[in-house]
Amino acid sequence: MPHPWIPNSYIKSELMKEVGVSSILEFFEDVPRELLLAESPRVGYGAPLAEYQLARVFGELMSKNSYSYKLPPFLGGGVCFHYVPSVVRHIASRSEFYTAYTPYQPEVNQGVTQALFEYQSLIADLYGVDVVNASLYNGSTALAEAIRMAVRVTGRRSVVLPRSIHPEIAEVARTWSEPVGISIHSADYDRETGRVDLGMLEDSVRKSKPAAVVVQTPNFFGVVEVELRKIFDLAHEIGSLAIAYEDPVFTGALEAPGRLGADIVVGDTSSIGSGLNFGGPSAGILGIRGLEERLLRQLPGRLIGYTKTVSGEGEGYIMVLQTREQHIRRERATSNITTNSALEAIKAAVYIALLGSEGLRKLGEAIAGRTEFLVEKLVSAGLEPAFPKSVCLREVLFRHSRIGELRSFLKKRGIYIGPLVGRFYPELSDCSLVCVTEVHSRRDIESLSESVKEFLQVSAQ
Amino acid sequence: MKNFRQARWDEPVVYEVSRDRKEGTLVDSEFREYSAKFFGKLPEGVARKEPPPIPSLSEVEVVRHFMRLSQMSYGVDFGPVPLGSCTMKYNPKICEELSGSREIAEAHPYLDEDEVQGLLEVLYTLQKWLSELVGMDVCSIQTPAGSAGELAGALMIKKYHVDRGETQRDEMVVPDSAHGSNPASAAMAGFKVVRIPTDSRGNTDLEALRAALSRRTAGIMLTNPNTLGLFEEYIIDIAREVHGAGGLLYYDGANLNGIVGYARPGDMGFDVAHLNLHKTFAAPHGGGGPGAGAICARGALVDYMPVPVIDYDGRKYFLKYNVPRTIGRISWFYGNVVPAVKSFLYIAALGTQIREVAEVSTLNTNYLLKKLTSLPGVDLVYGHGRWRKHEFVVSFEKLYKETGVGAEDVAKALLDRGLHAPTILFPLIVPEAHMIEVTESETRENLDRLAEAYREIVALAYSDPAEVRKSPQNTSVGRLDTVYGNLPRNVVLTYKSLAEKKSRV
Repeated sequence: MPHPWIPNSYIKSELMKEVGVSSILEFFEDVPRELLLAESPRVGYGAPLAEYQLARVFGELMSKNSYSYKLPPFLGGGVCFHYVPSVVRHIASRSEFYTAYTPYQPEVNQGVTQALFEYQSLIADLYGVDVVNASLYNGSTALAEAIRMAVRVTGRRSVVLPRSIHPEIAEVARTWSEPVGISIHSADYDRETGRVDLGMLEDSVRKSKPAAVVVQTPNFFGVVEVELRKIFDLAHEIGSLAIAYEDPVFTGALEAPGRLGADIVVGDTSSIGSGLNFGGPSAGILGIRGLEERLLRQLPGRLIGYTKTVSGEGEGYIMVLQTREQHIRRERATSNITTNSALEAIKAAVYIALLGSEGLRKLGEAIAGRTEFLVEKLVSAGLEPAFPKSVCLREVLFRHSRIGELRSFLKKRGIYIGPLVGRFYPELSDCSLVCVTEVHSRRDIESLSESVKEFLQVSAQ
Repeated sequence: MKNFRQARWDEPVVYEVSRDRKEGTLVDSEFREYSAKFFGKLPEGVARKEPPPIPSLSEVEVVRHFMRLSQMSYGVDFGPVPLGSCTMKYNPKICEELSGSREIAEAHPYLDEDEVQGLLEVLYTLQKWLSELVGMDVCSIQTPAGSAGELAGALMIKKYHVDRGETQRDEMVVPDSAHGSNPASAAMAGFKVVRIPTDSRGNTDLEALRAALSRRTAGIMLTNPNTLGLFEEYIIDIAREVHGAGGLLYYDGANLNGIVGYARPGDMGFDVAHLNLHKTFAAPHGGGGPGAGAICARGALVDYMPVPVIDYDGRKYFLKYNVPRTIGRISWFYGNVVPAVKSFLYIAALGTQIREVAEVSTLNTNYLLKKLTSLPGVDLVYGHGRWRKHEFVVSFEKLYKETGVGAEDVAKALLDRGLHAPTILFPLIVPEAHMIEVTESETRENLDRLAEAYREIVALAYSDPAEVRKSPQNTSVGRLDTVYGNLPRNVVLTYKSLAEKKSRV
């Protein structure tokens, strides 16, 4: 049966005649008989659907989602509800970009290569590093790759990973590392401040002499790590590499981790143009400081570089240093990565170009200001921050003995906070993250705090 | 296409579009007093002092810049992109539109399961359909792309052997025709890679395989049809031999398009498989990604799946973390959901007619194959007289020897004719290779155009080889020097170092 997406399905018999077969099955004569299916596996809804039927079926499925944001959600946990500018969505919808392949033929894909070169350049400037690759899958796999890279560079077989890093990222790091004998040493957070416990970190680092020390700032609790330079200096003193995980949305507000001494920087573009997408896709950021061979030759993923035309007159961009990659180096490659997140990287480039230097600074201030306002309001409503002495940015961990009930109470009103972090940290089972971004208005935060107050009053009775 | 000319905008790097300081979009300052409080609390050195050295453009400048760049790109919506093993099929617009709904874009991954039942049902149903199509017990879409699936599969095989106390199984068998990601993934999971040659019919050499198997064999990673577009005729024997030696079989699903709905890796004896949803299942490639992957398992390996798997208990859909011997998380959250939704829609739209995809992609392949192998200077190397499935590989070695025009020159000459080139110089076992996959999306006219372009280029190579080597001339930029850009002293990866380089000259 022909189908509009398969043009030659309408002229099959003519083409078969030209090829010289009388049945399609002749093409499958080398497939052992017992493997050939007599009919299609049962997939889809049986017969093909017309476009209006497909839209209808999908609409009905989507109507089973019951979430409804009365206010922009205050959900955090590493990815938050940021605004994706119209320009970003518009450019990403250009099918010159989204239907293109990896630029294996750069002369006909200069748009893709140049946009990725710009992504590399812009992200490197934001993080204060020298090289950024053309993207990995997301922040979690980017950190896993960073750890493996540090192991290759140093020849050491362990890393120190604080407990305050996003727990799902930590799980991914373990999956990618432990089966090949890379040990992950945990380092606890300070129960007072929520920051990395420097004493315990130092013990762990001095004892294990790891390939790398990883720090996330702001960390999973939203707490800004204020002693990055000290941690990175410690790592360097022991001969370890310093890895900083930071969301790019903070780079307008916080000092660039590369300038504080990080050797490898990692992040994720969810906040700068990718959006939430129920967790994916986004692009994973991986960058390195220094142009020396040591790190560069071990960098995973594609790199776009500048070059000249063979004639010497023109210039353009191509994929470079491909001898690191799987299609050439095979089992000696720096990674198996092939498909990456190019379109998300292009979106990030558009986002950064659109905000510009001033816009990113203002964005950082807008988020920082709202975080302060959120803490003030929720404290006055009767909630207690888990780490009151620390400075938080975008996300704040709040504690209450009936936090689960509070969350449900708010949810019924279309106000979303979370996640409850007890599933990751048993000792914080009475805590929930609350997140604010540039989209939250004063009124939104006040509504949240009024509802919190109401719950606390009702539950006190 | 004689008069094809790609746009040439001479578009500067975004840093050089304008030096004036403007804003591209507004960000409010309503919380200024509070942000001052925030920065006041930070110790010295934590806050950024100088603004990042990036451009500050207006909205219209940003739009024009990237629109011009888009016009200097080439995708499936503009013509055939016959890249082998990439399955560059048409990406239906309705899938883009529906998957782009705000409801999905704004769904936070930490919403409670009961609030995203619709989304979970879509993803669960997709997993079920994929399991049907590959003949496996379970599939998960947690892997963000194919290579992540390969890593997951290799780790599952590793843990399976370790759990059985067979820690000596440290070798992964990989044919020399395999995608480069296979040996790379095996190595990432800590295996030694054992290479198996390809026989003259284009099959994995069965004798060599038998000789390579031992109590150190963990498994084999195989693509079927392989990168030559040929079905492994002895797949049942391969499965028996590998299982007999105590190993497991990994299926690389990058080449499923030519057999989808006709034959299933699970039936062939594979224990674990990955699928590239951005290949067979029509999610777009995005200029390199994001794609979406699925990892599927059968039998004992079901217990080793990465978590979470989206499951259904008869009442509600949920994220299942309770997988007894799981290898853990391969990526955060639940995978690349948006492309996965596109694949759901694609399969939903085609239904059981998905077999038409295998039929017509195979028909298109053999139609073009017949036209190309009749050209002078072109040879097949492997599997003469056999039908191909999703793709085929031709060698221009003879043409190169006789005219000096090689596979890369032919590729660039295709670009000049308004066509994208196929994958070149791969698989490595075919000299001067073009690996061509036209998919079911191409029309007869386009297949004829491709064939005619090849005929013309080969003829020109014999009459005026220098002329061919001048290509491309009609693209946004002339042939780029891959040697120059890779010389250590020339490697320039950011605008900052480009500016430094230019200031030195």
